[in-house]
Amino acid sequence: MQPPVNNARSVQDAVISVRELTKFYQMGDMEVRALRGIALDIWRGEMVAIMGPSGSGKSTLMNMIGCLDVPSNGTYYLDGVDVSKLNDDELAEIRCRKIGFVFQSFNLLPRTTALANVELPLIYGGVSGRQRRQRAEEVLKLVGLGDRLDHKPNELSGGQQQRVAIARALGNHPAMILADEPTGNLDTKTSIEIMELFQRLNQEQGITIVFVTHNPETAEYCERVIHFRDGLIARDERQRPTSGIIKASAASQTQLDGMRLADQWY
Amino acid sequence: MKLIESIRIAMRALAANKLRSVLTMLGIIIGVGSVIALMSIGRGAQKYVTDQFAGLGSNLLFIAPGQFEDGPPQERTNIKLLTLGDMQAIGDQSRAPDVKAVSAEFSSRATLTRGKKDVQVDVHATLPSYRTVINWEMSQGEFFSQADFDQHARVVVLGFDAYTKLFAANEYPIDQIIQVDNLPCRVIGVMAKKGGGLGGNQDQSLFIPLTTAQDRLFKQKTVSGDYQVNVIYVSVVSEERTASATDQIISIMRERRKISYLSGDDFSIISQNDLISVVGGVLNVLTIFLGAIAGISLLVGGIGIMNIMLVSVTERTREIGLRKAVGAKRRDVLLQFLVEAVTLSLLGGIIGISLGVGGAKAVTLAFDSFQAVVGLDAVLIAFLFSMAVGLVFGIYPAYRASRLNPIDALRYE
Repeated sequence: MQPPVNNARSVQDAVISVRELTKFYQMGDMEVRALRGIALDIWRGEMVAIMGPSGSGKSTLMNMIGCLDVPSNGTYYLDGVDVSKLNDDELAEIRCRKIGFVFQSFNLLPRTTALANVELPLIYGGVSGRQRRQRAEEVLKLVGLGDRLDHKPNELSGGQQQRVAIARALGNHPAMILADEPTGNLDTKTSIEIMELFQRLNQEQGITIVFVTHNPETAEYCERVIHFRDGLIARDERQRPTSGIIKASAASQTQLDGMRLADQWY
Repeated sequence: MKLIESIRIAMRALAANKLRSVLTMLGIIIGVGSVIALMSIGRGAQKYVTDQFAGLGSNLLFIAPGQFEDGPPQERTNIKLLTLGDMQAIGDQSRAPDVKAVSAEFSSRATLTRGKKDVQVDVHATLPSYRTVINWEMSQGEFFSQADFDQHARVVVLGFDAYTKLFAANEYPIDQIIQVDNLPCRVIGVMAKKGGGLGGNQDQSLFIPLTTAQDRLFKQKTVSGDYQVNVIYVSVVSEERTASATDQIISIMRERRKISYLSGDDFSIISQNDLISVVGGVLNVLTIFLGAIAGISLLVGGIGIMNIMLVSVTERTREIGLRKAVGAKRRDVLLQFLVEAVTLSLLGGIIGISLGVGGAKAVTLAFDSFQAVVGLDAVLIAFLFSMAVGLVFGIYPAYRASRLNPIDALRYE
């Protein structure tokens, strides 16, 4: 079944195209209906926040669109590929090539350099040694860590660790970045920097980014916010995103420099 | 993902937990080390025994009464003993041209006394030809002569340890009188030191003419008045003639002992090679037994590896989840943990092999006449075995890791 054409955009422009997506879990005798028939298109180049309280089904949806799990019913086209009926290894392949994950707790390999951490998805993607290193350096520079290549996670601040994780997500030129509460473990200043980085990547590189969060501040940076409630989409709104540039002009420039310096200290 | 990549990841994971890795390897190190050391020492013992037999003098045949059978030694009744006459018949050049020399002995035990000193010895009541057939040097004096034998002379030759126990270091033993079970005899010679043999200390012994012993000591003459012996020694002209010499001996013995055409021999002819293979077989069993015990410690080492790998998989659940999230397939995770287990066991195996070889060398250095033999096959088997241990005991933890669900694994605290 092909998803219907919407807003005069072609199917080719949809990174995520979900129809009648349901997910049931069996918990003892009870059947939990985590997703109850979702239809959703996320277009190439969008920066979207999926919000909702705990138990609203947003985490389940994240597992679906992150290809970590398969739906009970319905279809899911990721970058034009039907991924709703793939097996474990095929899903792993899709995750490797099409999705970049950013987690709340960074999930970097301990005792492993930033460079090696970023190389990890490239290894599984079958990129050969020299190209791998080249690409890892490239994305680390892109997130502003060109001078921290050989640092291990315990030698980096929280913000820097999340930058490494973002670089790792970018490595295989994914169709989208899927970020699960990316600022949840960061202080306010660092959170702003990380969100600005996402925004810059979205605007300058045209990378599709999907946030799963219950933090309204994260959602402020997005042009589109999808609210979840009881396994269904409650609202799907477009908004004028808070821009990092606006924020920067609000704060004094010297203060911001001070923050950046401080970040490097930790 | 390439194997090399897996090995690099595995090495990094092992290096991150050095103490644990070494402790885990210890089981394999001890197992492989003891396999190598014990096998080498067992082989060395086999070689040592073989060399000892070779030292007896080449081309030697032993004739003993009765038939040797496989299985446990039984009470052998109604055995027709050998006699000096049998030996003389075999020594007849015209009837057994391939026999070079013959000798025989009757062995028993006796107590030697000299003054207040006494010692229990093996008595070899024998012939003058004994020393040359057995190939044994003298250290002092000389062996008894044909004249001594014919005259039933009360002369004795001491084994080296019997001599040192009866005489002080500065005492000259020749022509001294000692008591052999209360029979006073004159010492005319001392044998050279031979060292421990299979049937106990060969140097704690006494040599006396058979005639003297059976007339005056043991009174073991047969009904016909012939002298009785336990063993006849036959020295064959050359090794190639052993078979024909054996045939000649059999026909002489069957005729003398009046064995009918249909009956089997009531005596046995044993060559040195027979003895070597019998003793070698016993030692082989012993070597395998020691190897099996060492193999058990390898098994225990393998279980240790499995235990640690299971702990490691649990500890690194989040890492596994992350790897799966960024694209690791089941096969990749399986390979990673399997390579880790095999690296552990193989590294342990290599260290164990070097320790085992070192142990064998140390034993060689500690005992001057003994040489441990390190076989290349033992090393190769130990190497492959330790690799197999890693594979067998690593597969289950690796399988568990590969089956982890990435969602649960990422959420794992």
